[in-house]
Amino acid sequence: MSKEILACTVNGDKQSSLIDPRDTLLEFLRDRLGLTGTKEGCSNGNCGSCTVIVDGQTLCSCLMFAAEAQECEITTVEGLATVEGFHEVQDALVRHGGTQCGFCTPGVLMSAVGLFNENPNPNEDEIRLAIAGNICRCTGYEKIVKALQDVTANGEVA
Amino acid sequence: MDLFNFQTPRSIPELIAAKNSANAWLLAGGTDLIPQLKEDRRKAETIIDVKKIAAMTNISAEQDGGLNIGAAVTATTIAQSEIVCASYPALAYSVALIGSRQVQNRASLGGNVCNAAPSADAVPALMSYGALANIEGTKGKRSLMVEEIFTGPGRTVLEQDEVLASITLPALPENTAAVYQRFTPRREMDIAVAGVSSRITLDANSKIVDAKIALASVGPTPLRAKAAEMTLIGEVPSLKLFEAAGAAAASDASPIDDTRGSADYRRHLVSVLCRRTLASATKELIQGDLP
Ligand SMILES: Cc1cc2nc3c(=O)[nH]c(=O)nc-3n(C[C@H](O)[C@H](O)[C@H](O)COP(=O)(O)OP(=O)(O)OC[C@H]3O[C@@H](n4cnc5c(N)ncnc54)[C@H](O)[C@@H]3O)c2cc1C
Ligand code: FES
Ligand code: FES
Repeated sequence: MSKEILACTVNGDKQSSLIDPRDTLLEFLRDRLGLTGTKEGCSNGNCGSCTVIVDGQTLCSCLMFAAEAQECEITTVEGLATVEGFHEVQDALVRHGGTQCGFCTPGVLMSAVGLFNENPNPNEDEIRLAIAGNICRCTGYEKIVKALQDVTANGEVA
Repeated sequence: MDLFNFQTPRSIPELIAAKNSANAWLLAGGTDLIPQLKEDRRKAETIIDVKKIAAMTNISAEQDGGLNIGAAVTATTIAQSEIVCASYPALAYSVALIGSRQVQNRASLGGNVCNAAPSADAVPALMSYGALANIEGTKGKRSLMVEEIFTGPGRTVLEQDEVLASITLPALPENTAAVYQRFTPRREMDIAVAGVSSRITLDANSKIVDAKIALASVGPTPLRAKAAEMTLIGEVPSLKLFEAAGAAAASDASPIDDTRGSADYRRHLVSVLCRRTLASATKELIQGDLP
C-alpha cells in the first residue's frame, strides 16, 4: 500500500486525490491543490504559519499527515474571503496594519478565526494566548492584537 | 522519511494486532511523533492512527467516582472538560500549558505519557493524583501507576504489542488539592526548565495525611519527590514546613546541566516551585494565611 485516495472537503469543495502516506496536510494543500496561502516556516509545529482549521479545530498542517484528513472539512486562508469581500478578521488586520511581510498572516488569521468561533468577545489576554503559537518577525504583535481587539469591539464576526 | 503503511483501526483488538509488528508506531496527535519521523529519529514501517477508536477518545466517569480518560483524548478536550476542571484542576491546568492552541488541539494525554519526555507537562499532575495507566496487549491487560511506566528519556515499559488504552484518575478523598506549576522563560511555546505538581490531603485537624509530589525536567524520567513527601506527613501546613519540603524536593531531584538551565538552577527552581505549589494547594483547603 504505497498510495491511497484521500477524500475530504477543502474550503467547501470536495476533493479526491491520490496521496503518499508520508505527505503532510501542508504538502497536500500546497503541492497537490496549489493552495499556497498556507505557509511553511519551521515544519515542526513551532511557528504557526501553516495553521489551518480541520473539523473546527486549528492545527499546524505541517504536523498532520494528509492521510489523517480522510472525510474531514478543512478551511485554509483561501476560504476566508467571499465574493462580497474580506472576512472581518482580514479587514481588521488591513485597517490596523497588522501585517508587514505577510508570511505569518495566513496562520494568524486562521488562529484568530478559530478564537472568534469559540469566543466572540475575547479579552486581550485571551487574544494573546490564541496567537501565542504564531510567530511574527515583523509587526511586534501590537498591531495584530489591536486589530483583533477591534474585531471584538465591532462584535461582528462572520 | 521512509515509506510506511498507514492504518486506521476501529477497535483496540485491531489496534493491538497492527502494533504487534516491527517498527509499528501509534499516531495520536503526532506532535511528538511527526517531528521525530521527519528528523529520522524514528523509523516506521507502519503508522497506526488511534483517533478512530471510540474507547480511546472518550472521557467517562467511573462508578467509584474516579475518571477514565482515553489515551487519545486531546489536551483541548481535557482542558475544556467540566468534570476534569472540577475534580482534577491540576491536570486541566497542565495540559493547557502544552505548546500552543494548535498543538493542544492535536496533542493527546496518551502521547504526552508515552513519549516519555522528562519535561512532559501532564505527567506530574497525573502522578500526584495517583493515576493509573491501563495497558492492553496480545497477552491481556495490566494497569500500572503512571510513574512506573518510564524507564528513561523516551523509553517506557510498553512491549511492542502493547498500547496505552486509557488513564484512570482515582476518586480523591475529601480535603484534597493539587497544583502544578512549571518554570519557563516564555509563558507559552516553551519546555519546562523544571515543573512541580504537589497534592496534599488534610484530615479534620488540618494535618497532612497524604502527599504526592512529582517533578518534571529534573531527571531522566518524571519522578516522585519522596523525601519531600515524608517531611509533610503528619504535620500541619506552615511556611516553614513548605520551605523544608522544598529543600527536600531539591535533593530528590537529579537534574543535569543543559542549554535550558544548570543542575543547580534547576534544584533551586524545584525548591521554589515545591513551596509555591504546596502553599497554593493549601489555600484551596484552608482559609486565611499560612502560619
Ligand atoms: C511546538 C510544540 C510545543 C510543545 N510544547 C510542549 C509543552 O509545553 N509541554 C509538553 O509536555 N509537551 C509539549 N510538546 C510535545 C507534545 O505536544 C506532547 O508531548 C503531546 O502530548 C504528545 O501527544 P501526541 O498525541 O501528539 O503524541 P504523538 O506524537 O502522536 O505520540 C507520541 C509518542 O507516543 C506514542 N503513543 C501515542 N499514543 C500512544 C498510546 N495510546 N499507546 C502507546 N503509545 C502511544 C507514539 O507512538 C509516539 O511515540 C510540544 C510539541 C510541539 C510540536
Ligand atoms: S510550518 Fe508548521 S508550525 Fe511552522
Ligand atoms: S508580518 Fe512578517 S512575519 Fe508577521
